[in-house]
This record gives sequence, structure tokens and C-alpha cells, in this order.
Amino acid sequence: MNLLLTVAIGFALTCVIVAMVLCTVRLLLGPSAPDRVLALDTLWMCTMLLSLMLGIRSGQSLYFEAALLIALIGFVSTIGLAKFLMRGEVIE
Amino acid sequence: MSPADTLSAWVAVPVALFLFLGGTIVVTGTLGLLRLGDFYQRIHGPAITITLGAGSILIASMIYFSALESRPVVHELLITVFVLMTAPVVSMMIMRAAVYRDLRAGHGAENGVFGDAYRPPADAGPPTDPAAQQEERLR
Repeated sequence: MNLLLTVAIGFALTCVIVAMVLCTVRLLLGPSAPDRVLALDTLWMCTMLLSLMLGIRSGQSLYFEAALLIALIGFVSTIGLAKFLMRGEVIE
Repeated sequence: MSPADTLSAWVAVPVALFLFLGGTIVVTGTLGLLRLGDFYQRIHGPAITITLGAGSILIASMIYFSALESRPVVHELLITVFVLMTAPVVSMMIMRAAVYRDLRAGHGAENGVFGDAYRPPADAGPPTDPAAQQEERLR
């Protein structure tokens, strides 16, 4: 049964890393600026999930604080980038 | 020895199920982000990743740590609530920016299709919105 858990953790970790690679490809390809911002936002979310998965794998709850911080900074940076796309500057 | 060795099957099976589900959904959402054709189709992909995939992995983490520390651990609810509250806001901001840029570039409601090329047409007049003028100056 612990083998099942190990396999599941490895599978989810691999899935999150593959998702990050796909987001990076879209970030580099993206024909327009909103595409790149969307890919960057998804990359932030995948980074948060990666931190959570590392926490599950190692059994320490220290990674939880990192995940919360990554979610917060990702939200703020994406709002800033969207506002920049809209107005041309962040703070008016 | 991994910390997972002490868990019973009653915990291991739901955690593994949620992890399989979450990993599959996360890859599905980002595959949609990569493969779909237009920006307005692409914005639907990461919504799956953020809500359902992240929710599954967070539930798995909650069950796992509750069993590992033999007490209810609900720290992950913080991340869940935060992500579920901010994901629509982020989507709406990016979508509004994209629609604004498309309309200003001339790919508007007259042809009914928002193109994914953002160059303005040759016969477009000067923008009248002051913010648009500022963007033109910054460009």
C-alpha cells in the first residue's frame, strides 16, 4: 500500500513538472502578450503545486508556507502584468 | 525510510486517488493552454488546472498531513480559499486586457471574431482614448 502511495506521489510530481514544461513552451511561443501573461500565471500555480508535492513527498509542513507565499506573489504579479497590458503602466 | 510507510490503507488509497486525479487534471489543463488555437479558447485551459487540479492536490495534502500528524490539519484550506477567490479575478483582468487590446487594434465586433494578431489595420484612425494615446506613446 505504501508502494501505491509512492507511485502516486511520483506520478503527481511528474505531472506537475510536465505541466510546467508545457506552460514554459506556451510562454516562449505565445503569439500575443496576454498569452504570455496567462502562461506565466499558470506557471505560478504549477510552482505552488510543485511546492505542495515536495511537501507531501518529504512529509514536512515547511513547504506549505512556501506554497502560500508563491500563491500570493503570483496573484499580485499577474494583476500587475494585466494592468500593464491594459493601461501601459502599473501605478497610475 | 519515507514518512509514508506508517500510513494505513484507509489513508493511502484516497490520497493516491486524489493525487492521480490532480496530476492528470493539471496536465490536461496545461495541454489545453498549449494546444488550443485562440487566446479566448486558451484561457479556459488553466481554469481547470487552477480550480480542479489544485483542489485535488490540496485535498490530498490535507488528508495526508492529517493522518501523518494524527490531528486535523487544515492549513491547506487557506491556499484553497485564496486560490478559489483570486483565480476568477486574475482571469477577468487578463481577459479584459486582451479584449481591450483587440478592440483597440481594430479586431472588433464588426467581424465577430477576435483574431490573435494584434497589429492595427492600415486605415485605423488615431485613438481617442487618453489611455490608448498613452499606450501609443509608450510603444
